Formats: sequence, structure tokens, C-alpha cells
Amino acid sequence: MGRYLLRRLLQLVPVFIGTTFLIYWLVWAVPGDPFAGKCGERRCPDQYIAFMTEKYHLDQNVFVQYANYMKNLLQGDFGQTFSQREISDIILTSYPNTLKLALVALAIEAIIGLGAGVLSGLRRNGFLDNLVLVSTLFLIALPVFVVGFVLQWLLGVQWGIIKPTVSSEMRWSELIVPGFVLGSASVAYIARVARTSIAENRRADYVRTAIAKGLPMRRVVGVHLLRNSLIPVVTLLGTDLGALMGGAIVTEGIFGINGIGRQVFRAIITKESATVVGIVVVLVLVYLVMNLLVDLLYAALDPRIRYE
Amino acid sequence: MRVSKRATSAIALSAAAALVASGCSSGGGDETAASADGSIVVHGVQPENPLVPSNTTETGGGKIIDWMWTGLVEYPNDGGAPRNALAESINTTDSKVFTIKIKAGTKFHDGTEVKAKNFVDAWNWAAYSPNGAQNGTFFADIAGFDQTYTTDPDGADGPKKAPTPTADKLSGLKVIDEQTFEVTLAAPTAVFPTKLGYSAFMPLPDVFFTMKPEEFGKNKPIGNGPVKFVSWEDNSLIKLTRFDDYNLRDKMKVKDVDVKLYQDDNAAYADLLANNLDFMEVVPTSALAGDKWKTDLGDRGRSTVTPSTAFIAFPIYDKRYANPKLRRAVSLAVNRQEISDKIFFGTRKPADSWANPLTPGAKPGNCTACKFDPTTAKQLLAEAGGFSGEMVFYYNADSAHKDWMDAVAQQVKTNLNINARAEGVPTFAVFRQNINAHKMTGPYRAAWQQDYPDVENWVNPLFITNGSSNDGLYSNPEVDALAKQASGAPSLEASHEAFAKAVEKVDQDVPSIPVYFYGQQSGHSEKIKKLELNNVGEIDITSVEL
Repeated sequence: MGRYLLRRLLQLVPVFIGTTFLIYWLVWAVPGDPFAGKCGERRCPDQYIAFMTEKYHLDQNVFVQYANYMKNLLQGDFGQTFSQREISDIILTSYPNTLKLALVALAIEAIIGLGAGVLSGLRRNGFLDNLVLVSTLFLIALPVFVVGFVLQWLLGVQWGIIKPTVSSEMRWSELIVPGFVLGSASVAYIARVARTSIAENRRADYVRTAIAKGLPMRRVVGVHLLRNSLIPVVTLLGTDLGALMGGAIVTEGIFGINGIGRQVFRAIITKESATVVGIVVVLVLVYLVMNLLVDLLYAALDPRIRYE
Repeated sequence: MRVSKRATSAIALSAAAALVASGCSSGGGDETAASADGSIVVHGVQPENPLVPSNTTETGGGKIIDWMWTGLVEYPNDGGAPRNALAESINTTDSKVFTIKIKAGTKFHDGTEVKAKNFVDAWNWAAYSPNGAQNGTFFADIAGFDQTYTTDPDGADGPKKAPTPTADKLSGLKVIDEQTFEVTLAAPTAVFPTKLGYSAFMPLPDVFFTMKPEEFGKNKPIGNGPVKFVSWEDNSLIKLTRFDDYNLRDKMKVKDVDVKLYQDDNAAYADLLANNLDFMEVVPTSALAGDKWKTDLGDRGRSTVTPSTAFIAFPIYDKRYANPKLRRAVSLAVNRQEISDKIFFGTRKPADSWANPLTPGAKPGNCTACKFDPTTAKQLLAEAGGFSGEMVFYYNADSAHKDWMDAVAQQVKTNLNINARAEGVPTFAVFRQNINAHKMTGPYRAAWQQDYPDVENWVNPLFITNGSSNDGLYSNPEVDALAKQASGAPSLEASHEAFAKAVEKVDQDVPSIPVYFYGQQSGHSEKIKKLELNNVGEIDITSVEL
């Protein structure tokens, strides 16, 4: 187990360097001079451009720029944006918001998705099963921004049940609707995966044995059936956290949440490699760690899986 | 020169736009109890830079700076001629040496008194080029600017660097006593007092010079205006409050102002509809279609005109566009009324003059090339020897320009039989890069909003040789001579007369074509009982009553 963990952690290093360089290079390769549009319909003063170019080493090639960036990053310095704001500040203020939103989405996915999946898997082809199938199909077919705008308009503007946007305090209660929007497509996938998994295991020998030896149904489902059916669901949920955080840009926009999505978008448009990479670095770490956690969870769920 | 970065909103486009505004006046006020300790939430966008007046060139931060500072002069809400605000008097006999006396006993938000040296120090700081202030060139009129502000000999991209300036203070600025200072310009400039209301010319408190500008602008910006800074949460909220010691004009009637920083105009619009947001300056383009905003907002909506104009500029450095007859033909082939009605639902007005008619000194209807006259257009095209090849109209595709640019191209195609089409350039940055490098191969979209309300600002930057925004490289010695004469005129009236003559010459050459004058559709919540908009359509924060 320890060796496995160490090996996995060491693997993070090349993945980390590779992704950050690729992203740095991609942003660098985006066409357009970062200062061409900054001063409106006239050129920025030469002095201003010279000042910025020198400050951000923009006259160097991409490898030197990246090396400089990494050197600072390893010393804990994320650098500054073109407007001279500390990128670490941006990360510190926007990451918690996105994480909060993603966690709410994840909780909603787990509760609604898993609940619907278990119910429909146990009563296959019943009314409930068909209802879940149809409604999940509907959710999958709807793009996130449609769900977002419709819910915002209905609940926020028409009925006045919620405020149309989230306040700067980011209360948990305000995040329920945005969280549902963000997780809506995944809810559908979780429900379907859980349903299939439950339905398959329902016919497995150990379930028949458990029923035959007279265990109460709650115990059969709760302990034997559910635990063994969770592996694909956990995989989906675990990798989804990263996807939710990266994919929150649309939801954040609709509900006015100050998350990383808008920061990344703004930074790409203005060619601020350092900001994009800074934010993505953390995102990459979240992905890698979540993947690792999921793998470790397998062992907890299924005693047959052991890591050497 | 402030530029709006809102990608989705209509004016964003104007990305050009220098917004000049000031606190402004309001009628007298019967303050109600609701106003006195009330608070409002207004729409905003994250300022790009720390809040330092001479380093802010975009509307997100500019709006807040306009509330937090009061300059020597201010521009009335009705767009009329500027009047003294902090200045007691601005005297000159020759438009070259100005003696400026400021009112005694006004304070910065930190309690220190506003003195003449606060202006002189602030201007010297901005004009010293190594400080890298984006508004540095606004001080170019003042004597000694060439010693404090050096430019890169081979352009910003070249290997050489700009030499260090030989002086760090403008020789044309002199403090006479605590309340008086003298400004000597390099050449007579009639419009100089008008410029003083622009945010670049705001005073800075002594404490600014003891700290880093970004620290000042981010953590505790200190101004002298009706509104005082409280806190700034990046991308989410800027909290402002009333400055109780403000004594230049009316104090703000409400107590607190929260500027909610949105990234998406549609989110803000939803908040506005639900009364969760008290004021939105520009409703999103999506709400303009079919006059949806009128149905949504009812009497909470208001429509106003702003002093900005959309142009299509010609790359005159391209030989194919060098003939004025051809340019005039293209201009006459555009049916501006139809574009205004069909595409903008009447929210923009067809352009018929060179300077926006809201600007003091502008002559309405002086653009003879702005008529729709396809017959004359065809004739002129024939005289110009026709046009071979494809005429591509360029615009930046990251904001809502496709519809009207397509319409212009289609009209040129139909009315002149030129093979014309419109093409989007992905982002404003790429678009401006090509324009700055003089590499455009077809007419392109441009927009202009005045920096300060005077016709001078619609001629010198755009139409004189080497004007700061004369991107098409238009050059006519007659226009240059007339504009120079106008700029140095002893009085504003004489200056306006001379500019009118320069504009007549411009009208013959058609270096660009005015297409429409911008309008603005704003909305407020049910809570607000009274509000005024200032000369550029921003909310006049001191006028708000609940």
C-alpha cells in the first residue's frame, strides 16, 4: 500500500510538468498582442508596453518564460496578472467558491443520482424505472446553460423563490440551485450507471444466497448489493469533481459566482499565461489527487482489490 | 481614453470609448429618511487595474474613480459646457499660461486638505514615463513633457529601449501658494481647461507618494469626491460609502453603494428584473431584440443618447482606398436609417455629422457624405474608376457587431455592385493589433467616445496627420493647418468656428464614415425614486433618491 502510494505520488511529477508546459505554450500561442486592445482605439503608450514587456519577460521565447515561471512557482510565487494583482490572491479568493459549488453539485449528484438509480434498479421496468429513464434522458439532452437560464428565470425572476444570482457571501443555501444546474447532466449519468450496476448485481449469486438465508431486504440491499455496486459510481463521482470544477464556467457565469471559470476565461483572452497556468496547476492537482483517492476507495469497497 | 470590456453588451463594442464623467450636479434635494441611510447595489465590472486615476483607461474602474474623485472642472449632466468644480478660477490671457486657484477647505477622504501641490505632484507622477501610467500622454500639452516622457525610438517591439527621461518634473507646472498653481503649456491650447475634468487630471493625496501605486489603488484608494472607498473583494464586490465631509456640491443622498461585479450581463439583467440590483447602465443586447426590455422593465427602463459614434474607417494606406470619390461612394451607398430601424430597433440613431451632436462645438448635420444616395454613389464609383476585387469589411467578432456590419456590406454590394462582404476577426486584441500595425486590407469598424466634451476631441485624435487614433493614416495639410489654428485659438468660440472649417475639409475627403450614434438603455429597481444620468450615460451617484 505504501509503495503503491509513493509510486502514484511520483507519477504526479511528470504529469504536472507536462500539463503545465503544454498549457503555458498553448496560451502563449494564442494570436494577438496582449496590449494591442488594452488602450481602446488608440495604441498604448510605448512606455507602458515597454514597462509591461520587461516586467513579464514577454520579449523572451516561450521556454525561457516558462522556466522563469516555474522557478518562481517552486518558491511559492504564482506571479502577477497584467493588472499587477497577485495571482495567488485570485486563486485564494476564487478557488474556494468553485470548490464550494462543485461540492454542492457533487452532493446533489450523489443523493439524487444514487437514490434514483437504486430505486429504479430494484424495480426494473416499473413506473418509477421508466420515469427515471425518461427524466434522465431529458436532463442529458439539455445543455447546462439552458437548464441554468430556465431555472434562473423561473425560480428567480418569475416566482421570486431564489435570488437570481449568488451574493458575495456564497451561502450554502444559495448554492443549491446553481449546484443542481452544474450537476444536472452528471445526476443523470450517475442514476443510469447505478441502475445498471444494481440491476446486474441483483441477479448475482451472493445476493440470492443472502436472500435465501433469510436476511432482511434492507440488509441485503444496503450492505451486500449497494456496496458491490458502488465501484463504478464512485469512479464517476471522483473524476467528476475535477470535471465539475473545470466545467463550472457556464454555471458561474449565469449565477454570477466569482469562481475560477471566469478567471481562466479572462486570462486566456488577455493572454496572461501565468494566470491560466496558476489556476490550472491547482486544477490538475485536484484531478490527480481525486483519481488517487478513487483508486484507494476501490480497496475499501471491494476486499478482493489489494494494492502492493 | 477608457475602454469598455464587456464582451456581450452593446457598448462594449465601442471598446473605444473614452468615458469621461464626473460626479455631476443634481437638483436640490428633499432628502427622505429612506435615502439618508439607504443603500443601493449597482452593476459593475472588475476594474482591470488598481484604482489610480491616471492609470485607469477602462470603464469598470473609471466609473468608480469618477465617483471617488472630483476634479478642477466637471461636466454637467446635460452635456453642456464644463464648469468649475474644485477650481475657484482658471485664468488665462493667451491660452498658454493658466493660473489655477482651487477652493480652500476641501478634504481628501483621509482628512488631509486638498492643496495645489496635490495636483502638481499627481500630474508630475503621471507624466514621468518610467511610472508607466496609461494616461501619461494626456499631459503632452504641458511644457516640459518631452523631458519627462520619452518614447521608444524604434517602437515598443524594437530592440532599443526608451531612454530615461532627463527630468522627473514638468517644467510647466509651478506651485504659487497653497491654493494656487500655474500651468504653462508648450503651445496655446484653448481646450485645455475642458480637459481638466478627465480622470487623468485628478489630485492625489500625499500618502499616495509614500506607497506603491498598486497598494494605494487596491487596498486604500483615497480621493476627494462624494464617495469613499470601503473594501474591494475581487470579482465580486466593491463597497463604497458616503463621504460626509464632502462640501463641493451635494453630498450623496444614500449612504452605501455596493458595486456588484458581474461577469455576465444576462445574470445582472436577471437580478435587475428581480429587484435584486438597483441600477444597470446598459441592458444586454439580448434584451433589446423586439423591445423586450420595454416589456420587462416598464417605467423602470430609460433610454438615453450617449456622445459616442460608430464609424467605419478606411485603411487609406491601401492604394485601393486612396481615392476620396470611392470612399464617398461607399458612404453614400449605406442606408443608415434602415440599419438603425431594422437592426437596432431604433436604439441607435443614424449618423449625420462628424462629431457627435451632443458634444459642445459640434455642428449637427455637417456630414454631407452621410446621406443615402445610391444614384450619386454609382456615379462617383464610375468616376473613381470602379473597384476591382473583393471589399471586405472587418469587425471584431467578440462582441455584437456581426449584424450591422453584414448589413453595411450587403448594402454596398447591392447599391454599388461591388463584391463586398463582412468578416469577423476573432478578438478585439487581434483586431487592434492589425489596425495598429497598419495591416488592414479593407474598411473596418471603429467607435469613438469623447474623452472630454469638446469638438476638438473629435478632430485632433482622428483626422490630423499622426493623430493618436488616426489609424487609417489620413493626411490633409489643409485640415492639419485649420485644426492647429483652432487648437491655438484664444477662445473656445473661436476654436469651435475654426474646427467647423476643418471638418468641412474632412467631409470632402471622407477618411471614415460615421454610421450611427450610440444610444443607451438602462434600467433601475423599484426602490429608486429618482436618478439622473451624467453626460456619458453613467449613473450620477449623488442624484439617487430612494
